[in-house]
Amino acid sequence: MTFEESIILFQKKDVKAFEYLYNNYKKSLLGVIFTIVKNDTIAEEILQDVFIKAWNSADSYNSSKGRFFTWMLNISRNAAIDKTRSKNFKNSKKNQSVDKFVDVIETYDNLDTTTNSIGIKKFVDKLAEKCKEVINLLYFKGYTQKEVSETLKMPIGTVKTRNRNCINELRNIVLN
Amino acid sequence: MEEKEYIASGILELYVAGVLSEQENQEVFAMVQKHAEIAKEVSEIEAAILKLTAATAPVSNSSFTSIKEKISSSNTAKPNVIPLARKATNWATYTGWAAAVILTGGLMWTMVQNNNLNTQLQSAELERQQLEEQIFKANTSLAETKKLNTTLRDKDILAVPLSGQAVSPDSYAKVYWDKNENQVYVDVQGLPKPPAGKVYQVWSLKLDPLTPTSIGILDQFNDDENKVFTLANSNDSEAFGITLEPEGGSESPTLEQLYTLGAVSAP
Repeated sequence: MTFEESIILFQKKDVKAFEYLYNNYKKSLLGVIFTIVKNDTIAEEILQDVFIKAWNSADSYNSSKGRFFTWMLNISRNAAIDKTRSKNFKNSKKNQSVDKFVDVIETYDNLDTTTNSIGIKKFVDKLAEKCKEVINLLYFKGYTQKEVSETLKMPIGTVKTRNRNCINELRNIVLN
Repeated sequence: MEEKEYIASGILELYVAGVLSEQENQEVFAMVQKHAEIAKEVSEIEAAILKLTAATAPVSNSSFTSIKEKISSSNTAKPNVIPLARKATNWATYTGWAAAVILTGGLMWTMVQNNNLNTQLQSAELERQQLEEQIFKANTSLAETKKLNTTLRDKDILAVPLSGQAVSPDSYAKVYWDKNENQVYVDVQGLPKPPAGKVYQVWSLKLDPLTPTSIGILDQFNDDENKVFTLANSNDSEAFGITLEPEGGSESPTLEQLYTLGAVSAP
């Protein structure tokens, strides 16, 4: 089953294909959700809701409008941000210290939880500070190019090229 | 090197982040479809982001099972609603089918009826034609008979009986001679059917000296029903004779085959 095939099958409500996609993306999406809500139980709940939502609105996904991962990433971020805005959540806010994915990875390193994360941490440390910020806002927080430009006080065109360079660095780190 | 420039612009990274406009997304998608190099680049960017984001995930004990349960329960919840809709649909469907069956039956019955009527009409038409023909024939034959009657009753007509001769003693014939019109009506009802390849030939005779003159061949003998033939005779006949001759007739009568003979009685 290729990636494209599994997405087509998923849209035809094929549970096997859906499970395949779930296994492929659950960790990444959980990570993104967790960086936003900073609570693993809540993050797990949201992740489950996200996949059920994806299943129920499988028809609305269209490959010409973006990558499947990007689609899932959007659903996840929106669900997580919605959660942080709810009353219940505001009252039970924890782990204020972590605000960036780097901080999250840092905690794992300290707790010695996943070997994978340890490996990544070493390399992510090598990323330039500006890169960590750009990547954090664009991929974890779902900021638009304009919002990033305003937050980091850099020209909008620079966001694009900076990000390009940062992702190139990241690729060298994580894919080799 | 359009692709290289496109890749270097950084748009693909934003594409994966999902921050492009819908129009830009479609542009990138088209480029991905068109250039394998761009497609590869997008896959690698995505793979890097996947790895990075996965590294931020806490230890998870959730599995697909719980999701599977929820989506299948939402699937099984649906049939509770569907049967109601189905019942209504089925009722309509059955009514539709019943109507179709009745209509088909009715149409077939009508077709059979129509066929029967057509057949009846055809046979009636045939019968009518046959009757018409019979009437026509009867009328014709009646007209002929009437004509014959008037002819024979004409006072100027001379009747000459011809009696059977040695070859066929039982044979007889009659000649009605209309001198004014120079015509003879030969009634050959009393002659046997000529054998194949033979015909009767009618002769006008002068007796002293015996001079036969052919006045006609009865080649329609078998086809004529009343067996009365009209022949032209401008001779000053003293007797009439009928002989059997080979087909096409002869120059002079074959006296051995003289069937009937009769003399014209003086008026």
